[in-house]
Amino acid sequence: MERSRPAEAGRLLVVDDNKVNRLLLGRGLEQHGHSVEFAENGVRALEMLRKGRFDLVLLDIMMPELDGYQVLEQLTTEPDLRDIPVIMTSANDELDSVVRCIEMGAEDFLVKPPNPVLLKARIGASLEKKRLRDQQRQLIRRFATPEVAEELLANGFELGGKFVDATAMFSDIRGFTSIAESQSPTDTIELLNTYYTLMFDAISGQGGTVNQMVGDGLMAIFGAPVPHTDHPVRAVRAALEMVELVQLFNQGQSVQGKAPIQIGIGIASGRVIAGFTGTQSRATYTCVGDTVNLAARLEAHTKVLGHPILIDENTWQGLDGQIPATEQEPTQLRGKSAAVRVFAVPLPAASPEPQGPR
Amino acid sequence: MSQSPVDHSTLQDLVASTDMAFVQELIEAFLEDGREQIAAMRQSLASGDVLVFQRAAHSLKSSSANLGALELSSQAKELEQLARQGSLQGASESLERVASAFPAIEQSLREFGHGA
Repeated sequence: MERSRPAEAGRLLVVDDNKVNRLLLGRGLEQHGHSVEFAENGVRALEMLRKGRFDLVLLDIMMPELDGYQVLEQLTTEPDLRDIPVIMTSANDELDSVVRCIEMGAEDFLVKPPNPVLLKARIGASLEKKRLRDQQRQLIRRFATPEVAEELLANGFELGGKFVDATAMFSDIRGFTSIAESQSPTDTIELLNTYYTLMFDAISGQGGTVNQMVGDGLMAIFGAPVPHTDHPVRAVRAALEMVELVQLFNQGQSVQGKAPIQIGIGIASGRVIAGFTGTQSRATYTCVGDTVNLAARLEAHTKVLGHPILIDENTWQGLDGQIPATEQEPTQLRGKSAAVRVFAVPLPAASPEPQGPR
Repeated sequence: MSQSPVDHSTLQDLVASTDMAFVQELIEAFLEDGREQIAAMRQSLASGDVLVFQRAAHSLKSSSANLGALELSSQAKELEQLARQGSLQGASESLERVASAFPAIEQSLREFGHGA
């Protein structure tokens, strides 16, 4: 067995109503070490594709039942199937049809009967592309929430950064260092794990993505990479849920005679630069920019004001009265030349007289 | 043998790149499909189903070319083009020419399959 080169053998489906074509293609592909299965029409092809994992489809255009166009169209609508590369196989007088198929998403084409060298090269190239895409998908699954992964897989993995309108959130545990000093390391790690689990649930439940965890703090982003136009509302809802979850968690802590924790959350909305950063083996979706800095400053400011959730003016406007917030004294924040409007989001039980925007 | 309806060099190339047993299998598949395609063309000609006719002609064109039945392939191609234009007018005569040429092709292919 040759181990130095990546294995390029794949599981291939040959779809053709013509038995001679099926035999010839199958033979050529098997000679290159691929395992080949056959379907004699489009309906059968889709059945087989839904049942088993295939790396590549060689698709005839003119077939009874469902023709090549209809199969291609169907493939693009099924999330599990749309990433399987398709190579059209056609007669040499069908090139117009091939162009249409490529516009519909087919990856390449081969004229029947294919030249063995061309067959090998095109199949090899397609399988290699598929392998890279699969790798990328694994990479995405490694760091993204299921919702984000789905979005990325549907719309492509864009490494380059771009400006997006989003809401950034920072959260951390108040006085964590003293908590950590007062208990065993095991208890501290257990506490962090429980805390992160709760926070992740609240954030992803609102369509947000946690993109940084440092010690007892985390950063999350709403509105990107999954675009939600109501990202300020989602972020604030997540924040309220986080505080509520921490209160519940504290009830459990007090039953066990353990110290309660308090969290502070800062939220800001606006334009951010978002994109993937990292290396081949580890990547993360991250956001940078003024909006992100402002969220971090507001989180720090929760210690000063004693409110667990502080939001900026853009977020408050984005709430559009759906969630009450009370304006605080404008504050001079580090890194900002002018004083910044600050709003506190009261907890439902804690504030019976909330004041909405306007 | 100069007037053979099958180009033997195409078949010999096939044997060279695969093996005789595979080419025999291919020949049997072609003969079986070919008869079905001719039957399908006759039937669709009678019922006026242009699309089925076109598909059968297309399929026959393709498989006969693979096995070196080049004359048959070009006749099938003419039938396909006729159907593609949406009319089967005058197809009947050409179709019967194809059908009557088929036994000689069958014989020639079988001879090759058994002789080499």
